[in-house]
Formats: sequence, C-alpha cells, structure tokens
Amino acid sequence: MLRLFLKSLQTGVITTDYPKTQNVPAPGFQGLPEWQEPNCKKCEQCAEICPTEAIKLDKEEGETFWSIDPKKCIFCGYCADVCPQAISQGKQYELAEKSEHPLQAHNLKRSVHIRHLDSGSCNGCDWEMTTLTGPVYDIQRLGFDFVASPRHADLLMVTGPVTRNLEIAVHKTFEATPSPKLILAVGTCACSGGICGKSYASSGGVDNILPVDVYIPGCPPRPQALIQGLLKAVGRA
Amino acid sequence: MTRPAKVIEQTPLIPAQRLPIAKTYIEEIHLEFAKAGILITSEIVIKADEIHLEITKDTIPMMAEKLNAWNFSLIQLTATDERVLQGNFRLFYTFANDEKKLLLIVSIGVAETKPEFPSITGIIPAAHWYEREIRDLFGLDPIGHPEIRRLAVHRDWPKKLYPLRKDFSLASDVPRTDGQFTFKNIEGEGVFQIPVGPIHAGIIEPGHFRFSAVGETVLNLEARFFYTHRAMEKLAEGKTPLEALLLAERICGACSFSHAASYCQAIEKLTGTEVSARVNFNRTAVLELERLYNHVGDVGNICAGIGFAFGTMHGARLREDIMRLNEIVFGSRFLRGIITPGGLRRDISLENSELILVSLAKLEQEFKELVEILLGSDSYMNRVETTGILTNQIARDLHAVGPAARASGINRDTRRDHPYAAYDRVLFRVPVYQQGDVLARVKVRIDETFESINIIRQVLKSMPEGELCKSLGELPPYNYALGITESARGENAHFIMSGPNNTIYRYMVRSASHCNWQVVPSTVPGNIVPDFPLINKSFELCYSCLDR
Repeated sequence: MLRLFLKSLQTGVITTDYPKTQNVPAPGFQGLPEWQEPNCKKCEQCAEICPTEAIKLDKEEGETFWSIDPKKCIFCGYCADVCPQAISQGKQYELAEKSEHPLQAHNLKRSVHIRHLDSGSCNGCDWEMTTLTGPVYDIQRLGFDFVASPRHADLLMVTGPVTRNLEIAVHKTFEATPSPKLILAVGTCACSGGICGKSYASSGGVDNILPVDVYIPGCPPRPQALIQGLLKAVGRA
Repeated sequence: MTRPAKVIEQTPLIPAQRLPIAKTYIEEIHLEFAKAGILITSEIVIKADEIHLEITKDTIPMMAEKLNAWNFSLIQLTATDERVLQGNFRLFYTFANDEKKLLLIVSIGVAETKPEFPSITGIIPAAHWYEREIRDLFGLDPIGHPEIRRLAVHRDWPKKLYPLRKDFSLASDVPRTDGQFTFKNIEGEGVFQIPVGPIHAGIIEPGHFRFSAVGETVLNLEARFFYTHRAMEKLAEGKTPLEALLLAERICGACSFSHAASYCQAIEKLTGTEVSARVNFNRTAVLELERLYNHVGDVGNICAGIGFAFGTMHGARLREDIMRLNEIVFGSRFLRGIITPGGLRRDISLENSELILVSLAKLEQEFKELVEILLGSDSYMNRVETTGILTNQIARDLHAVGPAARASGINRDTRRDHPYAAYDRVLFRVPVYQQGDVLARVKVRIDETFESINIIRQVLKSMPEGELCKSLGELPPYNYALGITESARGENAHFIMSGPNNTIYRYMVRSASHCNWQVVPSTVPGNIVPDFPLINKSFELCYSCLDR
C-alpha cells in the first residue's frame, strides 16, 4: 500500500490544463491540409486523389477557389504527397463545428454526462475517448463524465458511420436517452461516412440516422479535439 | 514483496532465419500428396515463402488430414468469386509450417452449379468460422459443418443474398427480413440468461454476449459479432494498392500499423518488390512501438477489470506517453500515414531516434516499477490467478494466436516463425507460459514489453541507409499472396488477389481477433459473471478487426 502512495506521489500531477493552455502539435503533424494559393497550378490532382472527395476546386470567372471539408477529410495526406508545392498538412486540429440546425439542448453547461455509442468505428475514436477519462486529460475537471447507461446521459458521443448491423441499437440508444439531449458525431466516419462511405453495410454518417448537434472531425480526433468539441456543444468554446 | 515474473519456457536468443524453399521439398509434396490420394491439378508455384498449388475439391479432407499430421496449421481460409474469369468460385486454404518457415496455399475450384465443398471443421476445428463466413458471404455450403447458424451476416439479412459475390453491388439497398437467431438453450433449475450488449456500459466496441448462469457462476457463454461490419473487404475491390492502403490502415485503430504492414507485404510479394534494409528496420521500430503502446495500456487496463484504479491510471499515463511520442515522431498517435507499399512515407530522423531512445529508457524504468507493484499486490494476484483459463488443447485446435496462445503453452510468434521486416536481424525472446489464466496473459505482455524495448534499441542503433520508397510497378493480374505480421494481439494474415489494371480483386483480412474471439467463450464457464470483464480485457480483442 505504501508503495502505491509513494509511486503516485513521485509521479506528481500530470494532468494537462488544456484548453487553458493551447497545445500545438509537433512539426510533421498529420493535420488538416492547407492550401498555398500562389503555388497552385489548378491541375485538380489534389481533388482527384482525395479518397473521400473532401477537396473541391471551384472555378469561377477565371478565379479558383480551393476548399476542404474537414468532416470528410481522413487526414491521409495524399493531397500533400501529390502536390507538396501548394498543399501541406497543417497543425490545426480543433475542427469541431455545430450543425446548421439549432442545438437540441441549450441548458447543459458544467455537469454533463456522456454516453459513448459505437455505431461501427475502427476503435481509434473510442480509444481517444477512453484517454479522456485517464489521468492526463481527466475531463471530470471540466465537468464532464462518462456514464454506463444512456438513461443517465445528457449527451451521446457517436463514433462510426452507423453500420447496418448497429442501426437498430443506435435508434434504441437514442430513444433511451432522456431529452433534452445533445448528439455529437465523433470522427470522420461519424461525420460523413469517411472511408466507409455509404454502402449496404454503412449508412454513410450519423446524421443520416440521428439529428447531430456537433461534428468533431478527425481520424481519429486528438483528445484535445474531443474536449474542444464537447466544450463547443455546451457553449463553452 | 515481489513475485518474480518466472518464464517457464524460453526460446534461445538466436536470430530467426529466412530459408529459401528447397526444390526437393516440392518433390516431397508431390510424393506425399500422391501417397495420400490427393490429386494436384496445377503446377506448383513458388513465390517468396509461399507455395501455391491447386487440388480437386473432393480431396480436400485428405489434404486436411495430411497437412495436419505434417505439422502444418491452417491460418486462413477464404473464397474468391471468379465466375467471370473461369466460371467458378475458388477457395484458398493457407497453411503455415513454422519449422520450415513457409506458407502453403492450396486452392480448389467450386462450380456455381454445385455451390458446396466438403467441410474440414471435423478434422481442423480452426476452419469452423472461416467455413461459416464463406457460406454467409459467398453462398458456398460447407457440407458436414456442425453449425448451421449464421456468423457474418445478421438475422435480418435476406436469404440467398451474398455480399461478397461479384454480382452483388456495394451500393445495394438491402431490406431487413424477419430472420431468427437462437442462442443455445441451457436448461436446469435456477439457470437464467443474461443478455449483454451490443452497446456496452464502458467505452468499448459493440458485440453481444449471452451468459447462461446459475447464481454467479457462468455455465455457458455465447457471443455474437459482426455489428461493426463496414464492408472493408468489398470496398477494397477495384481499388489501386495506394487507395486500398487507407482501408487497411482503418480496419482497426489499435492495430492500424500492423494491418497496414501485412497489406503492404502482400502487395510487395505480388509485385516482387524488395524494400530497402532501412525500410525494414524502420518498419520494425514502428511495429514494436505499436506493440508497446498496446501492451503497456493493456497491462494497465486489465486492472480496470478488478477495480484497481492505481494500475489503470498508471497504465493509461504510460500509454499516453508513447502515443505522444508517436505523434511527435510520425505525426499520428495511431501510427497512420507512415507505411506504403514499396516503403515508407516518413523516415525516423536522427534527432527523433534519440528522442525514442530517451523515452524508452524512462518507460522501461516506470513500467518495471508498475508491474512490480501489481504482481506484489495480493488483491490483484487473487483476482488474476487461475481466472479464465484457456486450455492448451482449445488454443491449439482453434489456432489461437498472440499473447493469448503464448500464455497457454503455444510457442508461436510470427516475428520469429515467419520473419518479416527486420526481425531476422534482431535478437529477441519469445516468452511462453503454461497456465493459460489471466495472469499468464499479463505476464506474456510484461515480458514482451521489455523485449520490444530491446528490439527498438537494436534497430535504431544499427539503422542502415537505403531508399525510403521504391516504385512498385503494376500488380500482375490474377495473382495472389499473403502478408503476415504479429500485431499486439497476434498474427494478422492478409490475403490479396490482384485484378486487371493494377487493382485489387479480392482482399481478405484475417486478424488476430478473428482467431482469438473463438476461444474467449471457452474460458468463461466456471468463472463468476463479474470475472468476465477481467477475462475479456486479458484477451483485449478488437471487434472491428473481426467484423471488418
């Protein structure tokens, strides 16, 4: 018993104070692709190689507008590989965005109970959510906690594109969660179907099945990105 | 008080060898197969460490008997729909001989007019799930298979609709039907059933468990999977090697790199690409970093199964350290975007190599302290000792892999038995324990963690120069190859058959979880219900790896 205490005392506090202090990823981070217009030859190779059609080039009256949809991007970096002159993977990862519809709940603020709902993920997003409950990110310090039942939850964090074999369970979990509630689509698969797309096995994104309030893109999103998405959902970011 | 982590059996510290397949061996196969009455109907082709041959359908059981007796184990069985090519389906049985370090891929043709083949589950139980999967996904019936229930498709999937047939479109809109799935009925006074899942209480993946219990004691456990089936194999069809790589990386989060490495190895075998020594050393380092964050995290996470928060939190802390290291060195916490067929997309700089070594030194010390505390804690030992025993017989019969198999006395490790990357250039031990309980599985992971650290040190110290990525050339059409790696959970075997115009015709992923999920239910009866989370965590399997 004494060794346990000693070990923990020696370790000290390792909890991050994110979002108070920003966290900037190291160089080489596989973040959201960024476009340097002067170097762009408008060849559209980046859009062609993009596996999820996240990149678009709109040509209007001689001008080209490049755009990327973070909800579709799987951060593979193929665009930057095919055109290193004009595209590089940036350090941006706080990509959460609210849905166009008004939020389903406005009164959630500092005591928010989360239920994880895996609708067919690769477990990458799930692992990052587990990390939130660990000693480093410890989201209880921000007033969030994971609960074991949807009946105790204010908010569902849905990972995966909603597979055919989980669609019924997804509906049931949604119904079991008392209103008012918030639905978060976590990870690119949940946001848009991602690499899984829409097929006989996948519904191509959570918002095809449930009303989504906040999207947290990433493949998977970093723990900090999950925190940012949660704070955004409750109007604290 | 510390209990020493005693290794019961240890392999000698010699580098694994890659052996060329001897021509005389081919003659031996001819002779032995002829003696057993097996008719070889094709030329015998040697490709790297693989031997390809075709036999007649009705001699499959004889072949299974023969190879079983000849020390070959079935590591994969899958089908392809080649009706547009040669008017039939084909089945590919992959056997591994660890001693000779070779793979034997035996294929048979199955005509559309007679969509059935003799089941070998009675001879080789490891064929059990493969044959059911082929029935569900291709509509080919394994005659004589003891189980008639569905595996890979759920009860509301229409009859006579087979998603991996070429005439089934990926974009199909499939209606739900009223099928039934019955669980085994365990009867007796006081026996009741506990349904658990698919949505679980923790942050974990979905699956359904059906316990039959009397009081606290479990009598029987059945599991239903394939909830997270995302059509990953079907998605790969018609894609180029570079496009499908992104799928391979996303079959699973925690085994991302080893899946991608298996995939790349299969593609490289198909195109005859020899990657540089630098690539091989680099890949070895990344494969071991993946094992490290998994093993360290798992040793901690197993404590969550007994409510020992100290272990869970310290494990999570050390795991996070490695994942942050992954991000600094490679830009991805899950080691994605590093590997590519023909080489690597990212190198390890000298500076980062130093950073890894410094981090490992710290990890080694901290992990050592953590496991000393765990193994010295009586309340911990009380829960893990003799809990959830996987018997050697079941592990052998169902081809259990990875730490789970090595904890049940099976001395098998793909890194040593079928060396890939730079595993034939480093020295490492393969820990084997006999008890088969939760503790043995923990101990295998503990020992392997230290071995992994040593492997990384060796490869970083002697990192050779070399080309980072080689051009692949086109895939030769209608060829097939297998790529295998040892992930943190065990052997991952990826089968790839190429199609026309540099595309993939069929991609089959047999993950470690595919094998080990079959043995988990056998370890639970006799234990109490609250021990199930602990037993399950000690296997630490992925659902997405199996469901694909």
